[in-house]
Amino acid sequence: MITLNVNGKNRALDVPADMPLLWTLRDVLGMTGTKFGCGMGLCGACTIHIDGQPARSCLTPASAAVAKKITTIEEIGATPAGKKIQAAWLASDVPQCGYCQSGQIMSACALLAANAKPSDSDIDAAMSGNICRCGTYPRIRAAIHQAAGSAREGAK
Amino acid sequence: MKTRSIDTSTVAPASRRDFLAVTATGALGAMAATGGGLLLGFGLPARGEIRDTATTQSAFAPNAFLRIDRTGKVTFVMPVIEMGQGTYTSVPMLIAEELEVDVDKVAIEHSPPDDKIYVNPLIGVQMTGGSTAIRGTYIPLRRAGATARVMLVTAAAARWKVEPSACHAENGQVVHGATGRRLGYGSLVDAAAKLPVPENVVLKEPRDFKLIGTPHRRLDTSGKVDGSAKFGIDSRLPGMKFAVVAASPTFGGKLVSLDEAEAKAVPGVTQVVRLGDTVAVVGRHTWAAKQGLAAANPQWDAGPNAQLSTADIVAQLASASQKPGVPARHDGDAAAVMARAARKIDAVYEQPFLAHAAMEPMNCTVHITRAGCNIWVGTQVPGLTQAAVMKVTGLKREQVRIHNHLLGGGFGRRLEFDGTVRAVQIAQQVEGPVQVLWTREEDIQHDMYRPYYYDRLSAGVDATGKALAWTHRIAGSSIVARYSPAWIKNGVDPDAVDGSANQPYGFSDIHVDWVALEPPGVPTAFWRGVGVTRGTFAVESFVDELAANAKQDPLAYRAALLDKNPRAKAVLQLAAQQAGWGKPLPAGQARGIALCTGFGSFIAQVVQVSTYKDGTVQPLHAWCVVDCGVVVNPDTVRAQMESGIVFGLSAALYGEITIKNGRVEQTNFGDYRVLRINEIPQIDVHIVKSLEAPGGIGEPGTSCVMPALTNAIFAASGKRIRKLPVGEQLRTA
Repeated sequence: MITLNVNGKNRALDVPADMPLLWTLRDVLGMTGTKFGCGMGLCGACTIHIDGQPARSCLTPASAAVAKKITTIEEIGATPAGKKIQAAWLASDVPQCGYCQSGQIMSACALLAANAKPSDSDIDAAMSGNICRCGTYPRIRAAIHQAAGSAREGAK
Repeated sequence: MKTRSIDTSTVAPASRRDFLAVTATGALGAMAATGGGLLLGFGLPARGEIRDTATTQSAFAPNAFLRIDRTGKVTFVMPVIEMGQGTYTSVPMLIAEELEVDVDKVAIEHSPPDDKIYVNPLIGVQMTGGSTAIRGTYIPLRRAGATARVMLVTAAAARWKVEPSACHAENGQVVHGATGRRLGYGSLVDAAAKLPVPENVVLKEPRDFKLIGTPHRRLDTSGKVDGSAKFGIDSRLPGMKFAVVAASPTFGGKLVSLDEAEAKAVPGVTQVVRLGDTVAVVGRHTWAAKQGLAAANPQWDAGPNAQLSTADIVAQLASASQKPGVPARHDGDAAAVMARAARKIDAVYEQPFLAHAAMEPMNCTVHITRAGCNIWVGTQVPGLTQAAVMKVTGLKREQVRIHNHLLGGGFGRRLEFDGTVRAVQIAQQVEGPVQVLWTREEDIQHDMYRPYYYDRLSAGVDATGKALAWTHRIAGSSIVARYSPAWIKNGVDPDAVDGSANQPYGFSDIHVDWVALEPPGVPTAFWRGVGVTRGTFAVESFVDELAANAKQDPLAYRAALLDKNPRAKAVLQLAAQQAGWGKPLPAGQARGIALCTGFGSFIAQVVQVSTYKDGTVQPLHAWCVVDCGVVVNPDTVRAQMESGIVFGLSAALYGEITIKNGRVEQTNFGDYRVLRINEIPQIDVHIVKSLEAPGGIGEPGTSCVMPALTNAIFAASGKRIRKLPVGEQLRTA
């Protein structure tokens, strides 16, 4: 048994220590917002936060998150950055098929939490690990800028 | 908005007739009633995720596309699936426009499989594909909404004892103009349901549109930003097991042996399932199944294609295209004109096998019981999928339930049901529900691929370089011959020659023919833009070559050939204007232009690239002008152009599936590269205002951008790209 703190709740789980968090979340906890895309950390669809830092859950063993705080797409809206990013995503109509968007949003939230006013190259650096086959990239960029704008306003 | 499938419970042993009745009335009585459907019909918030459908007698459902309950709650049933292209917004807009309801408050449901009720009139079965969603629903779904509105107005007028013509509908209510009296739809449904369904209703004039033509926020976004949107892969059922598959790595190979004991020694593995050419390991979670599969270490007989390589396939195509094919178009006498032309120009273009690589890997969840088979999957063809499962299981139609889901990308991959059939075959050996998953590697190595195409073009030109005659021979796999042989006419595959036989330029002497040749063992399938993508690359590249040979401006050269195609000429000139065509650019940069006519739409794009000495190509800016006739949701059109451009650039720059020793060489996004956010150009989309019939927009953005890019590369570097992808070709230029 290992105990994981997922979205603020401690969960005692009977899973192998080396089981990636992706499958722990999706198959054991039934939290399907975090997506499987490539299994190799190449596409970012599985991005979650561990202690606020973005992590590819497909490559992160459950044991690596013990005694840390895991945040997923299901609860990211409760964070200040998450709230702004989700609002900007809605306002810009970013998603198309939507499958990659959980990961996109988790990466964007981590960026915004660390950098209140990201430049285009900051966005490239933070977001280039997340693939979108529908090509929502222009809107992702616009939405991050928009969220950053409201973040600045909020800071005043 | 939440979406849900018609039924998420078990197979009801209902007859076909009962099943249709449930669908047609929208009652869902059997399911709702068990939870107290009558009570649920009242007082609950109008949210799609709640089974709040009123009982059979209270629901008003004049057709299979909508129903209204006594609370006034409106539900639309979508005949086409949402795979990112925005249909779950634009199609509801069509119904709501005529029904006069607030589209943002409507609940949306996926349609159940039914090739008759939910037929795509342009295809003949229930299908989302071919950029037909709006073209196929524009009239029928507006009519569905208008029919219901007329009945509600009639019911209100009867209650007030006034003429229906003295009443009108707005925002979910019927209004009596003279007195200002109002009745909500919910209070009229019982009376309206008793009225005959009118055969003919008058649709709105475009000048009266309130929704159509005005940008509207997507209705499906909220679930896509908080993780609650449900894709097929998100199906979770009590007691569900998880399976991971491996098919023979070579095309046509067979499973020889595996180490079942090793697989079962992995904690959580419950079972190993063998099919002739596939193995599946089943476990309590995907991780166990995945590790179990590795431990099973399956051994394969490579089969008859063990030596196959891409080079063999290309050599076969090159050879086959030496001989005349089946004529797809023959106007005038191209051969004679070519013979007396001042000069003949020839070129061959090659386009590679491509994978779809949708972000949601292939998956399917199946529960087989004594009563039948429930399937949870995202599909572009629910009816065909149901039929395929009936065939493989021997079950009756009413025993095979398909619960459709949002698609995590389609691009043509989910027009196929190979994965569902395979999952059902696996599930037949598994107790309880099982989710069958393809890893990304399996998804890429066992896709059904966009075929390799080999196009041979020739033109006879006069002394000034003006083209007098045009010939085009297309050689490749016929997807249609496998998928829907009835579509083949006079030996011509209409998809394979699309964009070529009907290319936009005016030649009085033109010959286009078609050589079908199947790559041994390699399954082929539709890919975004289908024939138009393939044909547009060849035609637009060759026209560009003719312009270069004539030492003429590529825009002017094209425009001179478009006198009889005013919509095409207009988008071309507008795109050039928007892009600042002809204005000087920094060294190493250039613009390329291309035109795409297909799916009833007219698109022109200009791509500006920078080429660098190390052979790198960077698309800097793409301008897109689209005339797709009447626009339902302008923001959807814009999004689809952006999407098509990014998708097409990925393929044009990097996309290539290659075969060596009978197997696909690419495995994952590391070697099947797609564009990332740091690689995309700035994209500007301009939509032409038009009252012409609606055209398709899901695909042509992809089709147009590939030659626009390669024509820009030629303008920048002098290197003509005759073989996609661009890849490393400029490094050796």
